[in-house]
Amino acid sequence: MPTTFFGWIHLLLEEYGSLFLQGAGTTMFIAVVGTTAGFAIGLLVAILRTIPLKPSTPHWQQRLVQGLKTVLSVYIEVFRGTPMIVQAMVVYYGALQYLRLDIPALSAAFLVVSVNTGAYMAEIVRGGILSVDKGQKEAATAVGLTHWQSMTSVILPQAVRSILPAVGNEFVVNIKDSSVLNVISVTEVYFMSKSAAGTYLKYFEVFFITAVIYFVLTFTTTRLLRLIEKKMSGKDSYTIYGSQSDPNAQIVFTREDR
Amino acid sequence: MESGNPIIEITGLEKRFGPNTVLKGVDLSVSKGQVVCLIGPSGSGKSTLLRCINLLETPDAGTICFQGQDVTQMPPGPLHAKIGMVFQQFNLFGNLNALDNCVLGQMKVLKRSRSKSEEIAQKYLERVGMLPYRDARPDQLSGGQKQRVAIARALSMDPEVLMFDEPTSALDPEMVDEVLSVIKTLKDGGLTMLIVTHEMAFARDAADRIVFMDAGQLVEDGRPEALFTHPENPRTRAFLSRSLRGQGIGTP
Ligand SMILES: Nc1ncnc2c1ncn2[C@@H]1O[C@H](COP(=O)(O)OP(=O)(O)O)[C@@H](O)[C@H]1O
Ligand SMILES: [Mg+2]
Repeated sequence: MPTTFFGWIHLLLEEYGSLFLQGAGTTMFIAVVGTTAGFAIGLLVAILRTIPLKPSTPHWQQRLVQGLKTVLSVYIEVFRGTPMIVQAMVVYYGALQYLRLDIPALSAAFLVVSVNTGAYMAEIVRGGILSVDKGQKEAATAVGLTHWQSMTSVILPQAVRSILPAVGNEFVVNIKDSSVLNVISVTEVYFMSKSAAGTYLKYFEVFFITAVIYFVLTFTTTRLLRLIEKKMSGKDSYTIYGSQSDPNAQIVFTREDR
Repeated sequence: MESGNPIIEITGLEKRFGPNTVLKGVDLSVSKGQVVCLIGPSGSGKSTLLRCINLLETPDAGTICFQGQDVTQMPPGPLHAKIGMVFQQFNLFGNLNALDNCVLGQMKVLKRSRSKSEEIAQKYLERVGMLPYRDARPDQLSGGQKQRVAIARALSMDPEVLMFDEPTSALDPEMVDEVLSVIKTLKDGGLTMLIVTHEMAFARDAADRIVFMDAGQLVEDGRPEALFTHPENPRTRAFLSRSLRGQGIGTP
């Protein structure tokens, strides 16, 4: 048995290195899938929540859209207002006990992280839409585009540019927060660490390694995102704001024609 | 003034914003090929009138017929394709270059192919003198250039009627003429136009008919020479003497 800290690190890496790597892979997989699907959910929810209601639209259609908007608001409130660790338990065991569905842990993980992220993304996208001049929507309507067409071809492409940093932040958050999925035995890096720690009861050493892994994952991701942000933000038409991955980001928004 | 079949016929149009009645029973009929300039003090409801015609605002009472058809009963896509709109703030799609600004509506609303849409877009960009800027993004263009692209975008939909809401009010003075002269060329093409403007000299030269609007009502309606030289209504007279003096055109 090793007697020093580095001795233990060395041994643990030797013995559990592939376990750590596998766990890290699963963690990134969940973060990528959850963020991508969550982003898609957020865009869709934003399109639905901005459906215009005119007095001329048929009554039943107004009721339907109103109902849908209420459901979406409840979804957003509930998923933002409860911890993901609890959501994971409720979904996993709820499906098991009441629907007799034994969802594979990884699928449950994708579901929970996507739906949870979707709730946050919906609000982020809403903010992005508000930052787009309302003349854009009017011009799209005046040309004859439907709500769906104006959102997907005109409004969202502009909204997304301004919310890219916030979307990147969600990705980083998901890398870290997917650790809570260990409660439903998803074999991400935290779960793997718990198993590794159990054998020799070397919690500090194991979780030191775990911390380093998480840090490398988030640090690399942030640098990559910052590169992408720089590319996507184009010329200096506006400054990326509210970005956690760019310490120079500021809340400056220069808009043309105003 | 009305002659032939009206292309737009508005009767008893009312519009309220909360307690504020902005249009108080407007009747207006526009014949095909006519150029009508709408003048009047700011806040009198000129923009609201245009916005009701293409249903950017929902009227509270009255009817608006386009080619004999109630606009509220028309499917929105075709309606908007036939009634084009040019805004004071241009509102070019910020994520698209000049060409794609003109292509998008054609493909999505008129279901034209991309190549056909591009061909038509280029024809109209050429017409407004913006073809060399086809690949430019809106934020690379001056105000006058943006407005000319916005006009090409509206023309690309082959509208029957083109509405302008103060098309030069957001422009630096030196760019006003380039836009106004483009609008004049459209008159020669026989397009029906409804133009809200504060440019009195332009209204006098380009309009077949001037409509003066005040406090949500059409107050006076006549040929430019008549309306500018012998306004009948005291409100028209007061407005004209204010604005004509400012623009160096003889007072009536
Ligand atoms: N969306 C709106 N909500 C509330 N009031 C409005 C709205 N649009 C216009 N108004 C009001 O209606 C009146 C007429 O406005 P508008 O049609 O823009 O006049 P004009 O174009 O002649 O300057 C103004 O008093 C304006 O404040
Ligand atoms: Mg106006």
